Amino acid sequence: MKLISSQFKYCDLVKVEGRIDSNTASQLGDALDNIIKEGRFKIVLDLEQVDFMSSAGLRVLINTQKACKRYNRGEVVLTAVPQNIYSALELAGFTTLFRILSDTLLAVGNF
Amino acid sequence: MGVSLQDNKKTFRAQFDNLTEIAAFILVFCHDASLDDSSCYHIEMAVDEACSNIIEHAYGGEGKGEIEICVEVNPGNVTIKLSDHGKSFNPDDIPDPDLETPLEERKNHGLGLFFIRKLMDQVFFTHGKDHSNILTLVKYRK
Repeated sequence: MKLISSQFKYCDLVKVEGRIDSNTASQLGDALDNIIKEGRFKIVLDLEQVDFMSSAGLRVLINTQKACKRYNRGEVVLTAVPQNIYSALELAGFTTLFRILSDTLLAVGNF
Repeated sequence: MGVSLQDNKKTFRAQFDNLTEIAAFILVFCHDASLDDSSCYHIEMAVDEACSNIIEHAYGGEGKGEIEICVEVNPGNVTIKLSDHGKSFNPDDIPDPDLETPLEERKNHGLGLFFIRKLMDQVFFTHGKDHSNILTLVKYRK
């Protein structure tokens, strides 16, 4: 798994590539925690280049969403979600917990 | 049915950095069986969740044992058997997570087994003659 993070004026963009599984999810969790620790709570997570995401990845997403939404500080928005991963999010009831947008740049611009 | 040159049984050390190799091993057979993309992904996900559970719960951590994986491509289905020598558990004893709860109350565990049940057509748990735990996952060929 590879992470590319960029900090914008109103939000952070994290682009993920590869597999998010039990081996790599903690690396993603640490990267997102670091953004939150720096007091930034608006995060766009671009999943376009993710080949696979297990429940370990979903746990990171939900923990990060909880931390960002607390006290209405911000939120995690998911973008460019591949079909197989979208289906898994839907199955787990996650599509009601996240805004899911197709266009990453538009999501960044909307914050 | 395609014929794979790869042996259909392989043993992996039970650690998370083997999950990619385990997925690659399984997917060769899924592609041989001409399963569609979403069925392949379902199998990849179910096997990943099952192996993660074996490492985390049956062995109680990484590098404490092995997982033997056997894949059978049958005329009507693809069957995957995962064997371990860790602590035994019956998936039927674990309830599904409640997916209707709001964000703040949402538990972040129990999703792995939920996916295994939802994504596979049959899931059953048995014991081998050597007291191993055997989890059998079946996906029908459409």
